[in-house]
Amino acid sequence: MKTLSQKIWDSHIVHEEPGAPSLLYIDLHLVHEVTSPQAFSGLRERGIKVRRPDRTLGTVDHSIPTTDRSLPILDPIAAKQVTQFEANCAEFGIPCFGVKSENQGICHVIGPEQGATQPGMTVVCGDSHTATHGAFGALAFGIGTSEVENVLATQCLLQRPSTSFRVRVDGTLKNGVGAKDIILALIARIGIGGGTGAVIEYSGSAIRALDMDGRMTVCNMSIEGGARAGLIAPDDTTFNYLHGRPLSPKGAKWDAAVARWKQLPSDAGATFDREEIIDADSLTPMITWGTNPGMGISVTGAIPDPSAIGNLRERESVAKALAYMGLEAGKPIMGHPINVVFIGSCTNSRITDLRAAAAILKGRKVSPNVRVMVVPGSMEVKRQAIAEGLPELFRAAGCDYREPGCSMCIAMNGDQLSPGEYSVSTSNRNFEGRQGKGGRTFLASPLTAAASALTGTVTDVRTIL
Amino acid sequence: MIPFTPFKSRLVPILINNIDTDQIIPARFLKTVSKEGLDKNLFCDWRYNADGSEKPDFILNTPRGKGAQILLAGDNFGCGSSREHAPWAITQFGFRAVISTSFADIFKGNSLKNSLLPIVVSPEIHAKLVALPADAEIKLDLPSQTIELPDGTRVEFPVDPFNKNCLLEGVDELGWILKQEPSIAAYESTHPAAIDTRGLRA
Repeated sequence: MKTLSQKIWDSHIVHEEPGAPSLLYIDLHLVHEVTSPQAFSGLRERGIKVRRPDRTLGTVDHSIPTTDRSLPILDPIAAKQVTQFEANCAEFGIPCFGVKSENQGICHVIGPEQGATQPGMTVVCGDSHTATHGAFGALAFGIGTSEVENVLATQCLLQRPSTSFRVRVDGTLKNGVGAKDIILALIARIGIGGGTGAVIEYSGSAIRALDMDGRMTVCNMSIEGGARAGLIAPDDTTFNYLHGRPLSPKGAKWDAAVARWKQLPSDAGATFDREEIIDADSLTPMITWGTNPGMGISVTGAIPDPSAIGNLRERESVAKALAYMGLEAGKPIMGHPINVVFIGSCTNSRITDLRAAAAILKGRKVSPNVRVMVVPGSMEVKRQAIAEGLPELFRAAGCDYREPGCSMCIAMNGDQLSPGEYSVSTSNRNFEGRQGKGGRTFLASPLTAAASALTGTVTDVRTIL
Repeated sequence: MIPFTPFKSRLVPILINNIDTDQIIPARFLKTVSKEGLDKNLFCDWRYNADGSEKPDFILNTPRGKGAQILLAGDNFGCGSSREHAPWAITQFGFRAVISTSFADIFKGNSLKNSLLPIVVSPEIHAKLVALPADAEIKLDLPSQTIELPDGTRVEFPVDPFNKNCLLEGVDELGWILKQEPSIAAYESTHPAAIDTRGLRA
C-alpha cells in the first residue's frame, strides 16, 4: 500500500546507504537566471560538465522586463544576469528559452506547456514554487543553488523522506470560488509553517473537477503552507492536457505512457501521517490581510483583532502585520481602497486565469484610481490570449497588458509597488516589501482581482457575477 | 566550506515568528551573479531608512548585534523562497548558527550546505535563551550536538548525521555524490529518458 509520492520516490532511488540521505534521480531540471549563476561558476571551478542537458531546460523569467522585448534591458545589473545566463546555457549545452525566444516564460508555466513535466517524474528547480509541477502527479521540489549545482553535475539530489499529508477537498465550488480560494483557505487553516517536512497530496471531488491550470494554482502554493511539495494523482484531465504537447510521448509510446501513469495514484489502503478535509461547498472567495500567506480570511470577513489572541508571539505577529499593512483590527476588509491590481505570476498567469479575469472585465472599465497590470505567464499563453482577443479586451478595460515574466510577484524587474501602495495580486506572497519596498499586498484569485480592479476597492466578485 | 569547530558566543535575538527570506535578503539584491557582498543588505528593510541611514533601534545596528555568531530567531525561521542568498548573507555577516523552534525546509537545507548550523530547540529552552542577559554567552559544540547555557545546562539538538559529518569535515555534498557515479550510470542505463529538451524550439 503506497502513496503516489512513495511510488515516485521508490522508483527514483539511485543509491542508499546507512547514515546518508537517499540519492534520487531527477527527470527534469528547470533553471533560470537568478538562482543558477553561482552554480555554473561552481561547475567551472571544478571542471565539471552538465551531466544531462537533455533533461534540463532554461528560461529567463525573474529579472527580465515585461516591456517590449526588442529593446535592450535598461537595468545594467539585470542585463548582465540575463546575458550571463544565456551564455551559461550555451556553454553547457542547455536548451534555453532566452529573451528573444518565442517560447520564453515563467519556469513553472513553460515546463507543463511544453509537455516536459509528466506524471511520475521527479522535477526540481531553484525556485520554491516548483511544487506547481506536482499538479501532473510529479514529485517536484524547490532547491537552493548548491543543489542546482549538484543536479547540473550529477542529475541527482540527496533527500530524506518527507512525511505524508493528504488534503481532501470534497464537494462543489460555488460560482465565484476557484482553485486559488482552495489553497488560500488551506494555508489560512494550517498556517505558513503547517506543512513543514511534508509532501501534500490533494484529493477529493473538488480537486478532480479542477482543470490543469487550477490544479497548478493549488500545488504552486504548497510551499506557502511550508510543504516540501504538493501533488495530485494524474487522471484523464492530466492526460488530455498533455496529449500532443511538444515533449509528450507520441504514437504507441503515448499509450504505454498512459498505461504506466494510471498505476501512479495512491493505493486505496495507503495511509497518511496527517489529513485535512475541506468542504468545497462552504468555501467563499479568500483574501489575505497580513504579511504572510497564512494570514487569510473570507473576503466577507473582518480583519483580526490582536487583542483577542492569547499567545504573545502570535499576538505580536498580527499587530506587526496590521501596522505594516495600515489596517484597523475588526473592520471588514471588503471596500478597502487599493492602488494596483496585478494579474500574473506562476500561480495565476495561465490562459484560464486570463480568461477568468477577462470575463469580469469584458465591456467594463477599471477604476480610474487603479493601475492594473496583466502579465501572461509565457509567450505561449500570450499567443493563445491573442487568438481569443484578450489583449484588446484588457486594454479596452484600461489594463496595462505586458510581456511574459515573473514581474511584480517578486518585483525584481522594475514592476513594483511604491511605498504605502495597496495591491490586490494573484501572486503567491504578501511578505513585507515582496512587491516593492513598503508595498502592501492582498493575495486573491483572478476573479477577485478583476472585480477589485473595477471598483478600486477590495470586492466580493460574487456581487457582480 | 570550512570545518565547523566549537565556539562560545552571545546571542543576537530577532524574536519575530515566520521571518521570511524576503526579509533576510530582499529580492532586488538577487540580480547579482556572485555570492559576495550580501551581508551589507542582510535584513535590509528592517535595518536601513529610505535614505540609507541605519535605523538605530534595529538590533544589527546596536553593539549587541555586532561580533556575535548566533542568531536567536522566532518560530519557522527562513520561510518563503529557495534563495541560498539568505544563508550566504547571514554567514557573511558573521553568524555561524541560528537557533529557533523550527525552520523552513529549504532554508534549513541551504544553511547546512554553507556552514550555517540551524539549531532546533523546544519552546521551553527557547524561552530560557530569550531570558538570558544580553552579555551571556552560550557554548556550541557540534560533535556532541549540544549547547551549554551559562548555568551549565546542556541541551542536545538534532542534526542529520550526514550533514553533521559534512560540517565537521568542511566538505560539500557534491564530492560525495560524484563518487556514486557507477550507481548513477547504472540507474540511467535501466531508465531511459522520457524527454529530450534539446528537441524544443528555443
